[in-house]
Amino acid sequence: MKKLYPYSPLIVFFILILFFARQLILKEDPSELPSVLLEERFPEIILKKLDGYKLFSVTNLMNANSPSLVNIWSSWCVPCKIEHEFLMRMSSDHNILIYGINYKDKKEDALKVLDLNDNPFYAIGVDLDGLQSINLGVYGVPETFIIDSDGNIRYRHVGPILEYDMQNIILPILGKIMREKI
Amino acid sequence: MIIELGHFFLALALSISIFQFLLPALGVKFNSYGMMRSASIAAFISFILVFLSFLSLVYAYITSDFSVSLVAKNSHSLKPLIYKISGVWGNHEGSLLLWVLILTFYSAAVAILGRRLPLKLISLVLSCQGLIAAAFISFILFTSNPFIRLFFPNIEGEGFNPILQDFGLAIHPPFLYLGYVGLSVTFSFSIAALLIGKVDTIWVKWVRPWTLIAWVFLTVGIALGSWWAYRELGWGGWWFWDPVENASFMPWLAATALLHSSIVAEKRDTLKAWTILLAIIAFSFSLLGTFIVRSGVLISVHSFASDPSRGLYILLLLIFFTGGGLALFAKKAPYLKSGSLFKPLSREGALVINNIIFASAAATVLLGTLYPIFIDAINNSKVSVGPPYFEAVFIPLMVPAILLCAFSPMLSWKRAVIENIIERIIAVFICALFLASLIIIMNDGSASAFLGLFLGFWLICGTLYEFFIKVGIKSSFKIFIQRALNLPRSAYGMSVAHIGVAIFIIGVTVSSAWRIDIEKPIILGEKTIVKDMEITFKSIKRVAGPNWNADRGEFEIITSNRDKHFLYPERRFYPASQVNTSEPAIMSGIFSDLYIVLGESNDNADSYALRIYYSPFISWIWFGILLMAIGGVLSLSDRKHRLGYDLKRV
Repeated sequence: MKKLYPYSPLIVFFILILFFARQLILKEDPSELPSVLLEERFPEIILKKLDGYKLFSVTNLMNANSPSLVNIWSSWCVPCKIEHEFLMRMSSDHNILIYGINYKDKKEDALKVLDLNDNPFYAIGVDLDGLQSINLGVYGVPETFIIDSDGNIRYRHVGPILEYDMQNIILPILGKIMREKI
Repeated sequence: MIIELGHFFLALALSISIFQFLLPALGVKFNSYGMMRSASIAAFISFILVFLSFLSLVYAYITSDFSVSLVAKNSHSLKPLIYKISGVWGNHEGSLLLWVLILTFYSAAVAILGRRLPLKLISLVLSCQGLIAAAFISFILFTSNPFIRLFFPNIEGEGFNPILQDFGLAIHPPFLYLGYVGLSVTFSFSIAALLIGKVDTIWVKWVRPWTLIAWVFLTVGIALGSWWAYRELGWGGWWFWDPVENASFMPWLAATALLHSSIVAEKRDTLKAWTILLAIIAFSFSLLGTFIVRSGVLISVHSFASDPSRGLYILLLLIFFTGGGLALFAKKAPYLKSGSLFKPLSREGALVINNIIFASAAATVLLGTLYPIFIDAINNSKVSVGPPYFEAVFIPLMVPAILLCAFSPMLSWKRAVIENIIERIIAVFICALFLASLIIIMNDGSASAFLGLFLGFWLICGTLYEFFIKVGIKSSFKIFIQRALNLPRSAYGMSVAHIGVAIFIIGVTVSSAWRIDIEKPIILGEKTIVKDMEITFKSIKRVAGPNWNADRGEFEIITSNRDKHFLYPERRFYPASQVNTSEPAIMSGIFSDLYIVLGESNDNADSYALRIYYSPFISWIWFGILLMAIGGVLSLSDRKHRLGYDLKRV
C-alpha cells in the first residue's frame, strides 16, 4: 500500500489531462456560446428597474417585430466605453433596438455614465449581483447577444464590438435574420 | 537570405539537441566517458545556433522586412526601434523562439558552471535539457515557424497591438521566461537524481541556487506584468486573477514552496522526495501556463492568438514531461533514503507547514482557473470564476502563512522549545496590534484593513526582532556591527524578502481600503478636488506620435503644500490598427498615486469623461515585490550558493 502513495500525483495529473483533452477536442472556441443556448429561447431572467429608464423583460424580446441586441455593460468596464460609440451608431444610424443589462454596477455610477455619454439603449434592466446573467453564461463585460424576433438567441459576441465586428459580424447577422422573416 | 539562415540554424539546433539528449544518456548506460562529455559541447553549440537564429529574426524586425509573414503581421515601419525589437516576442512564434533561446542558454550555463559536478549527474541533466529543447524546437519548426516568407511581400506591416507598446511589457516576457524556463533546470536535476536514485548534498547545493535564479526572474516578471496592467489598462487595478495571470502565478507559488523546502533539504538532509516532487510540479506549472495561454481552452481578457492544434501539441508535451516525470517519481521515490527526523515544533516543521500552505494555494489557484473547464465537462454549462472566488479562498490561506513567517525563523532546527520564543511572539504581537490599531483609528478604516495592516506589521516586527536577536540585541555597538557584518548574505536575503512581503501586504491593504474613485464629466478650465489636491483641466491639444495621433489633456495639480504638478493623459488613435486607447497619466509618489484617465469627448459640449483614481501606497505593492526579488539576489550572492563554488569540499 505504501508504495502506491507516490503514484497519487501522477493519477491526479492524468485526470487533469482528461479534462484538457476533452476541452481541446470538443470545443474549437471556448468563447462561443455552448450549443445548449444557441438557437434557444432567451432564458427567463428577472431584472430590476433603473430609475428613469424603461425596464424590459423576456416577453419584450419574444414578441418583437425585428431582431434586437442584448448588451451587457457596466460603468466600471473600460471596453464598454470603447464599444459605446458603435452601440450609439447602431441604435441611431441603423435603428436597432438595443436592450442593456447593467451588470454588477452601482446605481449612481450607471446613471452617471448614461448621463455623461448618450444612451444607446431602448430599455435597461439591472442585474445587481450578476446572478441573473449567469443563466446567460456571461463571462465578463461587455457581451452582446443577437436575438431574433421570436426571442431566440442567434449569436453571442464576447468582448467589445468595434468597427470591424459591427460591419462584418453584427450587422450582417441582423440583416440575415430580417431577410428570413420576409 | 538572413532569414533563411536563421531557419537553417534552428533546424540544425534541433538535430544538435537530439544528440544532446541521446549521446550522454547512452554514455551513462554504457559507461562511456566520451559520450557523456559530449553533452556539454552539444549544449553550447545548440545555444549558439538558437542565438544566431533568434538574431536573424531580430534583424528582420529591425529592418522591417515585410516579406517575412510574421513581421508583416506584427510589425510596422513607423514603430519605435525598441518596440520593433520587443515585437519579436510579442507574438506566439517569436515568443516560443525566445523560450527556446533561454532554455538553451540555461543548458549552456549548466554545462559551463557544472564542469566539476559528478559526470553522471551533469550528463543526465543536460540530456534531459536536450530533450526539452528538441521537443520545443520541433514545436516551433512544425507548428509555429517564424521564418515563413510571404509569396507577395507586404509594403507595410499590419502594426501590432498598441496596448502592448509599452516599455514594461516589452521586457516583461523575457523576465517571465527566464523564470519559467529556469525551472526546467531544477526539473532536469530532479529527473537526473531519480534516474541515479540518489539525492546527495551536491545535488541539493545545486538545486537551491537554480531555484533562486528562476524565482527571482519570475518574481520580477510578474511584477512587470502587473505594473504594465496598472499603467496601461486604465482602470487603476493591478491584478485581475485572469487565467493568463494565474498561469504565471502558479509556477511562482510552486517555486516559492520549492525555495523553502530546498532549505530543509540542504540544511537538514530531509524532505528530499518532496523537494523533487515540487521541482517537477513547478516546471509542470510552467508548461501548463504555456498550454493555457496558447491553446485557448480558457478565455482571457489578454487576447493571445490561440490555436487548438498548437494546444494539442503543448498538451502532448505536458503529458510527456510531467507524466514522465511523475511516473519516474512514483517508481523511484520510495527508494530515496529519508534523512533526519524532526519534531513538529521546529524550523523544519514550520517550513513543512509553509510548503503545505503554498502547495494548497497553488492548487486553489489551479482549481479556480480550471473550474470553468471542469464544470463545462461535467455539467455542460459555462461558469466564470472571478476575483471574488480567489479573494475569498486565497487570502484566508495566506493569513496563517504570514503569521508563521514572522516567527518560524526564530525556531531552532530539529526541535524547538515554545517557552524560548513565546515572549518574543507576544512582544511582536503587541507591537503589530498597536501600530495597526493606531492607523485604523487615525484614518477610520475597516476590519479587513485592520487585518491587512496587522499582518504587515506583524511580519515586519517579527523579521526585525529576529534579525536583532541574531546579531545580539544587548551587546555593545561594536560587537553589534561586527556580528551584522559577519552574518551570511542569505540571512539578509531572507529578512529583506520577508520585509518585502510585509510591504507588499501593506501596499495592497492601504491602496484598496483608502482608494478614492471619481468619475465625472469635465469641461475646459473646470476644477475638481480630490483629497487635498486641486485638479484643473487646463487645455487639450492634438499631438502626433510615431504611429499614433492623440488628444492630450493638460491637468494642473496643486497639492496641499502649494506644489504645482502637471499631468498629460492622452486618448490615442492608432491608424494602422484602427484602435483607440487611453493613456492614463500617473503622478506616482511614495505615499500615493494620482491616476487620471481622459475618456471620450462629448460631441455637443466641450466636456470630456474623466476618471480619477487616488490610491495611497499603491507603489508599495511593486516596491515590496522588488524587495522580495532583491532578497533573492542577496541570498544568491551568498558564498555558499555561488554556482560551482567549492564542490570539492562537499
